[in-house]
Amino acid sequence: MLAMNNLIEERQQPVSTEFTGTVGDISISNPRMTTRNVDVHYGDKHAIMDVSLDIGRHEVLSLIGPSGCGKSTFLRCLNRMNDTIDICRVTGQIKLDDQDIYDKNLDVVPLRAQVGMVFQKPNPFPKSIYDNIAYGPRIHGLAEDQTELDGIVEGSLHRAGLWDEVKDRLHQPGTGLSGGQQQRLCIARTIAVSPEVILMDEPCSALDPIATAKIEALIDELRQNFTIVIVTHSMQQAARVSQRTAYFHLGRLIEVGQTEDIFTNPQHKLTEDYITGRFG
Amino acid sequence: MQSTTLILILLAVMAVAFQLGRRRAFNLPGLSSIRELHSLPIYHGFYAAIWCGIPALLALALWSSFQTPIISQLLMNNLPATLTAGLSEAELGLLLNDIRNLAAGNITSGDISDELVTAADHYNHLQQVGFSSQTGVVFILTLLGATLGWRFISPELRARNKVERLLRWLLLISSTIAILCTAGIIFSVLFESVRFFEMIPLTDFIFGLQWSPQIAIRADQVGSSGAFGAIPLFTGTLLISLIAMLVAVPIGLMAAIYLSEYASPQLRTYAKPLLEILAGIPTVVYGFFAALTVAPMIRNSAAQFGVDASSESALAAGLVMGVMLIPFISSLSDDVINAVPQAMRDASYGLGATRSETILQVVIPAALPGIVGSILLAASRAIGETMIVVMAAGLSANLTANPLDSVTTVTVQIVTLLVGDQEFDSPKTLAAFALGLLLFLITLVLNVVALRVVRKYREAYE
Repeated sequence: MLAMNNLIEERQQPVSTEFTGTVGDISISNPRMTTRNVDVHYGDKHAIMDVSLDIGRHEVLSLIGPSGCGKSTFLRCLNRMNDTIDICRVTGQIKLDDQDIYDKNLDVVPLRAQVGMVFQKPNPFPKSIYDNIAYGPRIHGLAEDQTELDGIVEGSLHRAGLWDEVKDRLHQPGTGLSGGQQQRLCIARTIAVSPEVILMDEPCSALDPIATAKIEALIDELRQNFTIVIVTHSMQQAARVSQRTAYFHLGRLIEVGQTEDIFTNPQHKLTEDYITGRFG
Repeated sequence: MQSTTLILILLAVMAVAFQLGRRRAFNLPGLSSIRELHSLPIYHGFYAAIWCGIPALLALALWSSFQTPIISQLLMNNLPATLTAGLSEAELGLLLNDIRNLAAGNITSGDISDELVTAADHYNHLQQVGFSSQTGVVFILTLLGATLGWRFISPELRARNKVERLLRWLLLISSTIAILCTAGIIFSVLFESVRFFEMIPLTDFIFGLQWSPQIAIRADQVGSSGAFGAIPLFTGTLLISLIAMLVAVPIGLMAAIYLSEYASPQLRTYAKPLLEILAGIPTVVYGFFAALTVAPMIRNSAAQFGVDASSESALAAGLVMGVMLIPFISSLSDDVINAVPQAMRDASYGLGATRSETILQVVIPAALPGIVGSILLAASRAIGETMIVVMAAGLSANLTANPLDSVTTVTVQIVTLLVGDQEFDSPKTLAAFALGLLLFLITLVLNVVALRVVRKYREAYE
């Protein structure tokens, strides 16, 4: 009876929903990106509070949490996409390979080529499939001649697993593809400029399960060459594709750890409530 | 006049019928709640009003269009043979007009004979009878319609669907009217043009290099024989429009890009209406500005370079017209550029494109149809603009490509041809219609070509 009581005591260990600092190890050896004490304000709204987190090389880090918890905002800090929003103010330190990306002297344009982004809704340009992929290489002058550009386009489509489906209609509009194909086209477009990090903001939320499965398999493959940060609402997806998981709640980073640990043995009460489906 | 009164009365009756129908739906016997009605009472009201008004209005319209010819016919048959003997059809028409004028108390063309007075009295009498019976018919139809409408109203009546159907007809009629008006304008111009081309050969008109529409009206008059070559006018129009578009398109487009992509929201809320004020300035005022400020300026600065410039120049008119057109292009283009989804820009920024790369390669192609639309609108304004050209570019039909020369345009010539005392069947007057027709055809072709081009190159984002 006593032993039973003890067991219950132990099971209920994470009881407090209070936040007293991020649970788990935020740092990682030899990180690709490091963020320290990041705060984000949208006008008067404090969207991200004091978040510190490392992002490792060749890992998939998933950011989970209920809607409005700041995970997408955090993601958009990593390639300064928040710059396009006038009222957004970012403080703290974010580094990519020891380079402070919010440094005044840093040019944001090459940064965004290094840290690519895939959006929630597939957003191919209203151009041909070929021109969609070639857009980035063209503006950055990555190809010396047409043959090289052709090679980049074909290579990117291959790596995005789209080549076989579109090789006969490269010059038809990218907007004519299905939703899943469009999203893979967007991933191919991002790969084409050879980024180091790829940020994905709920890339599968507009797709059906089959298209989702294809993208997830693609993410797993891309890990060989890229660092990937993915925001997702699907905990199964986070569990399937990521090595580390970070749980955000109301602008704070509550808990971070190996994906297995987060899903089998969450330390913080809020994390446990979320992944067991008590809210969110 | 009398029909107008009748229509006003009918509209008032319809309003009353609406109220009555609505009330009746509320107070139908055995109705405990309006939920038992198929349609809301307001639809029953509309339904009653329609029954009350539409048949009567239709009858009124038909009656009005047939009354005049019928009365004329009756009058004609009753005229004494002494009046009509040996008159041609045109003279008969004139006689009829005289009778009408006499009846209305206006001045007639000839002496007033007793027969004419009798006829006028008879005409008045016919009019009176016509109007009384018209009123009677309308009154009966209104009453009949109201009774029917009243009786049809019941809980099961699908008044909502019926009103809906009538609304569809109304919309159809509206669009038909718009199309018919266009056709009417084209035909009225076309028929007069045909008369013109009976006098002046088509080839002389289209390919002639000389425009000098003055012709001798009397045989003994000293005047030129008249030359109706339209080419100098069209080159003049083209030259001035080209100058105007060269000013308006780059400035307007860049202003639109600045406003939509770079300007802060506060600046935009002030700058955009300020720009649109330009569109509200009357063209006469632009004309002053062109003739009194810009044209002398051009002449003086040309003189400094030792170039001879006429004081009324195509350049002055074109420049000022360009200024006038800026808001057309900037305002419309700004709207279409804003309508390009943010996701397109995000995608481009996310790939490391700069703002100008994004605008040039993503935003503009996506907004192209709307931008071309705004340019087309501005171009047709430029081609149709008259006032600025009259005041600043002159009236002499020079065939020249020199913007410092004075030129004239098609629209200006149309105005000068139709102003003043002219016989309506002289080629000089009729030339205006031929010019109008040709101008219409050219702008039509321009529009069709532009639409084709847009369809080919547009990048649809949805």
